[in-house]
Amino acid sequence: MTEFLQITDVTKAHGTLEVLRGVSLALDRGEALALTGESGSGKSTLMHLAAALDAPDSGEIRIGGQSLGALDDAGRAAVRRGRIGLVFQQFNLVPSLTVAQNIAFQARLAGRHDPRLCAELVGRLGLSGLEARYPEALSGGQQQRVAIARALAHRPELILADEPTGNLDEATGDAVLALLLELVAETGAALMMVTHSTRLAARLGRRLHLSRGRLGAPDAA
Amino acid sequence: MLRTALATLLSHWRRHPGQLVTLLAGLALATALWSGVQAINAEARSSYAEAAAALGQDRLARLVAPDGGPVPLAEHVALRRAGHAVSPVISGELRDGAARLRLFGLDLLTAPPDAGGPALGGEGIDLAAFFTAPGVLLMSPATQAGPLPPDLPPVLVRDGIPPGVAYTDIGTAARLLGQADPSFLLVAPDQPAHLPPLAEATGLRLVPPGDDSGVARLTDSFHLNLTAFGLLSFAVGLFIVHAAIGLAFEQRRATMRTLRALGLPLRTLLLAFGLELAALAILAGLAGLALGYAIAAALMPGVAGTLRGLYGAEVAGGLSFDPRWALAGLAMTLAGAGLAGAQALRRTARLPILAPAQPRAWAQASARAMRLQAAAAGVLAAAALGLALWGGSLVTGFATLAALLLGAALALPALLGLSLRLAARGARGALAEWLFADTRQQLPGLSLALMALLLALAANIGVSTMVGSFRGTFLGWLDQRLAAELYLTATDVDEAARLQAWLAPRAEAVLPIVRAEATLAGRLGAVYGQADHATFRENWPLIAAEAGAWDRLAAGAGVLVNEQLFRFGDLALGEPLRLAPGLTLPVVGVYSDYGNPMAQAIVTLPVFAATWPEVAATRFALRVPPDQAAALATALREDFGLPADAVVNQAQIKRFSLEVFEQTFRVTGALNILTLGVAAVALLTSLTTLAGLRLPQLAPVWALGLTRGRLAVLELLRSVVLAALTFALALPVGLVLAWVLLAVVNVEAFGWRLPMQLFPADWLRLLALALIAALLAAALPALRLWRMAPTTLLKVFAHER
Amino acid sequence: MNARILLAALWLAAGPAGAQGFAGLGTAAEGFAIPERPAAFAFPADHGAHPAYRIEWWYLTATLTGPDGTDYGAQWTLFRSALAPRPAAGWEATQLWMGHAGLTTPAAHYSAERLARGGIGQAGAEAEPFEAWIDDWAMVSTAAGGADALDALRVTARGDGFAYDLALRATGPLIFHGEGGYSVKSPEGQASYYYSQPFYDVAGTLELPGGAVPVTGTAWLDREWSSQPLSETQEGWDWVSLQFEDGARLMGFTLRARGGADFTAATWIAPDGTTTAYPDGALTMTPLAETQVAGRTVPTEWRIALPAQGVDIVTLPLNPQSWMDVSVSYWEGPIRFAGSHAGRGYLEMTGYD
Repeated sequence: MTEFLQITDVTKAHGTLEVLRGVSLALDRGEALALTGESGSGKSTLMHLAAALDAPDSGEIRIGGQSLGALDDAGRAAVRRGRIGLVFQQFNLVPSLTVAQNIAFQARLAGRHDPRLCAELVGRLGLSGLEARYPEALSGGQQQRVAIARALAHRPELILADEPTGNLDEATGDAVLALLLELVAETGAALMMVTHSTRLAARLGRRLHLSRGRLGAPDAA
Repeated sequence: MLRTALATLLSHWRRHPGQLVTLLAGLALATALWSGVQAINAEARSSYAEAAAALGQDRLARLVAPDGGPVPLAEHVALRRAGHAVSPVISGELRDGAARLRLFGLDLLTAPPDAGGPALGGEGIDLAAFFTAPGVLLMSPATQAGPLPPDLPPVLVRDGIPPGVAYTDIGTAARLLGQADPSFLLVAPDQPAHLPPLAEATGLRLVPPGDDSGVARLTDSFHLNLTAFGLLSFAVGLFIVHAAIGLAFEQRRATMRTLRALGLPLRTLLLAFGLELAALAILAGLAGLALGYAIAAALMPGVAGTLRGLYGAEVAGGLSFDPRWALAGLAMTLAGAGLAGAQALRRTARLPILAPAQPRAWAQASARAMRLQAAAAGVLAAAALGLALWGGSLVTGFATLAALLLGAALALPALLGLSLRLAARGARGALAEWLFADTRQQLPGLSLALMALLLALAANIGVSTMVGSFRGTFLGWLDQRLAAELYLTATDVDEAARLQAWLAPRAEAVLPIVRAEATLAGRLGAVYGQADHATFRENWPLIAAEAGAWDRLAAGAGVLVNEQLFRFGDLALGEPLRLAPGLTLPVVGVYSDYGNPMAQAIVTLPVFAATWPEVAATRFALRVPPDQAAALATALREDFGLPADAVVNQAQIKRFSLEVFEQTFRVTGALNILTLGVAAVALLTSLTTLAGLRLPQLAPVWALGLTRGRLAVLELLRSVVLAALTFALALPVGLVLAWVLLAVVNVEAFGWRLPMQLFPADWLRLLALALIAALLAAALPALRLWRMAPTTLLKVFAHER
Repeated sequence: MNARILLAALWLAAGPAGAQGFAGLGTAAEGFAIPERPAAFAFPADHGAHPAYRIEWWYLTATLTGPDGTDYGAQWTLFRSALAPRPAAGWEATQLWMGHAGLTTPAAHYSAERLARGGIGQAGAEAEPFEAWIDDWAMVSTAAGGADALDALRVTARGDGFAYDLALRATGPLIFHGEGGYSVKSPEGQASYYYSQPFYDVAGTLELPGGAVPVTGTAWLDREWSSQPLSETQEGWDWVSLQFEDGARLMGFTLRARGGADFTAATWIAPDGTTTAYPDGALTMTPLAETQVAGRTVPTEWRIALPAQGVDIVTLPLNPQSWMDVSVSYWEGPIRFAGSHAGRGYLEMTGYD
């Protein structure tokens, strides 16, 4: 297999609750995958596993050919900061850093801060003039655009977005999503987006539906 | 990566400078109080060491006269002419009002090198001037600066001489002190080989080196007291630091989670957190050291006064800087910060990346933690009780205090929770119910600050009760004990005889005061000879006595002992006490003897004269009608020609004793106030930081129709209620503390036990102080709430989902 | 404090005139009495102390021989130094006393020092009965009534590793140096009172680390006092006392001056005690060999010539390391000599710093 993200027969339980019951999935660079499912279907859990934030009970996850199961905490952290861009529903900006600092943040962690790319992202995401502000002074849409810039500034190969527009009104959400898709397409990275909205999912190239811990075709929902 | 992580952590402080100031202030205050006390102790100890090393006392043996008087000069010369390497010293005190100077007159031609006398030669000292009248005095700069008796020979300033002491030639000392015979002889360590041992060669008593470093022993308890206070202050400071660090952690919990999600390894995060903590601790520690030095320098004169008055220990009133002291202080700060930060670090390590990212109400102690704390408090209370009942030393006394205070502090949250629950049950109206419930919910966040307040209040009550009891008892005792109107000192036996003859027709009674040094129950002490007179029978309070004690004393069939001797010697009434070879008498009574650390016994005058015939009375107590005392004192000075300082009236002694007493507790008083101040700062810190986190709780109440002003007043009220409840718990703790101080620590440290007196007015004052402190601490957050823009409150709803 | 530093400072720098000449002897008199001619002695009083003068000494040197023929030398000295000319007793006394004791063997040299203040009885010099003492060291007259107090003496001292107890009996009269005891010390006229008893026979015991050694021999006692015997340019002296095998004696010294204007003096003592004093220049003392002693270079072999008496001899020390390691240190030890005459004597050399 040559796909960038390979998830093979993964299971995960929270306590006695089986959340994922044997999920397999492959995602290559340039692909944009929408993962849909109801609340509690396990889509966020799958997302966290793919982001090396959590480890599966069984099965294997490979990112760029590297098996996450073989890595310790530091190794998983290295994968996160080097290869993955994360966009959260709650934005998760660092409140004590300015917009510019937040955008550059992960790139600096990963040791490949590129001021020109950051500046370009600021411009593309319509954040010009806001660089010196702190997150609390921004609207939700602006905050999420900062988060997207941060997720792209270190040129990740895999972008994971967990309900990126969940905290935004519909118009803002659409605009933000459009920007995200456009930028990801330009970078050629793989994108996996978790959403409960089939309307948004429809805008991505590939769709999978998660139901009671198993994957199926979106139409099976 | 580490730099980015560190910069991100530190960026928090730029956004919250108030928190940073609080954290630094807490650490700095804790360091200041602790290191200030340590600086005082170190200064005093080095003074003792200097004094102990004066004339090589710590290394050189001495020969002293068996009766404690001077060594006849002929005896010294005879020893020298027999070949013994001994060197004479004439020492004594020059006194003029408050000015005192201890003179050590050395014979530099024979003094052993270890005597550590002044280094002359080559430093521009005119040697002929040193050896010939009027002579030269050598003293430290501090001594020279202090009040000195008048008419001294020229002074040369030299470092390394103990405070209050001047070194000079023995001839100069002899002239200034009017004493020709050496006070004692220094014995060189190397004696010529062919000679018989000194002990056989002379009737003088050979005192081994370092035998009279009694000052250090006596003052140990005082320094232990100070150290205990320093530790208490440090503990209070740690509560602040703990709170501030915990808060800083909780506020950055989400950030840390994000950092980890974005790929920062846990180890790097912990390292960054640790580095941040260390940097802050060093910064605050340095500021604290400076502050501590300032505190110590301000208190040092008082401490020096206390030590001089109470123990006769000379300590320089100034403070010198010792890098070891600074390093120790800084190490203590780092350790303290590490201790306070350990929990935060542990929680950081255990922080799950995936927990809900909303900030929780910080430091939400679980019910289980509360139960654990209460259980620990119970164990400590039991330990305190056990130590108080069965312990028997100064150390267990202080351990009792520690267990008591810590136990009380740990019990505080549970007890406050209980009180609030009871109050809520009795509350009428939704608002009151909400207030109590909400306050109870806040307890975990405030408990550390409230514990600090509790400790400060309890210490304050305990110490002021002890001091008050001491003062009351001491005053009463002084009134009884100093019954005679005038006290006289004659320069020699001849003058004493003329004095007695002169006084016979002029005074109601002339009561000789004679004393001899003696070893009593294994301790160095003094035996006094006392005339059988109504003055003593009527005025001297006996703590315990057999029937007819005064009669048996007068008949020479009994001895009175002071409380110190009675306790240390583990004596019982009726038990025979050996006073001198061939003199053993049963103990018939015990008298209290505050302010004197030495063992003391009293026998009737004829018994004393028979046992110590060489001791002649040169001091006398005079009974005269009180209204004639002043006239008689004047007559003694002008007609009889006694020097002014040889006649002392009762009032003078009382005033002097009281001054000594007040000095003693000025230092503890100052530390007390400082500790209370620190506790208030702790409360302010906690309230300020809670204020921000409590918005989600307050916003709904505001939305439901309470004005911001009303909410602010309720915030003030809450703070006052908590302070009042804390005070209610601190009061019994403080009283138990006072009891331990009076009945355990004092007995062990000083040998006397004081009856405990209560001072409710002081409590009220302290309660008012505590409430004011609570109000002040709550004022700033309340004011902010009152002025808060409604949009800020609305944001709570916007953010909440 | 270090009493030795004190003493060195005191003896070397007493008074504001500063350090000049050996042992402060080159300083101004400042109210002290000054020797005048003609010298008039009154005994026994003059055997005792003269507190009106700044400096005084009782100086005994003995050349001794053990039962196995081994040579020994012994020295007993008491110095008195006054801080002020005023008389005072008790602690106010202004007299300081310094005792030096030396014992020389071919292999070792022992020295000891005692310091004391006057006025309290720890040290002093009484004329009648004669006793000069410091601590347990003493020089006590054992002379019969009517005889001069110095005719018979018992001399004792002890120090680290040595002690001696010597009985002295004079076989000749006291002799007086210079002009009847007025001894000129410089071309400028500084002088001291100076008399000697050079005719002692000695018997006694030395205590050495190896045990007691009975000894016999001869001894020479110098008595000298003054207030300013050295010229300010004089730095030290080389002094000898010589006993010739025919019973004659010679005392000679060179006072070394900066710039080379040395001053010499000599007293020839015939076996019957008649003296001839020689003025500056009559005696010559020429160093022949030097020895490293206590970090200094000291001449320890001398050619001594007094042509007026046909004396031309070379001296050899018993022990070249006869260094008196005391507050004011100097070389002092027994010598033998040969040449025109043979015999034994004592050499003292000061001011080699």
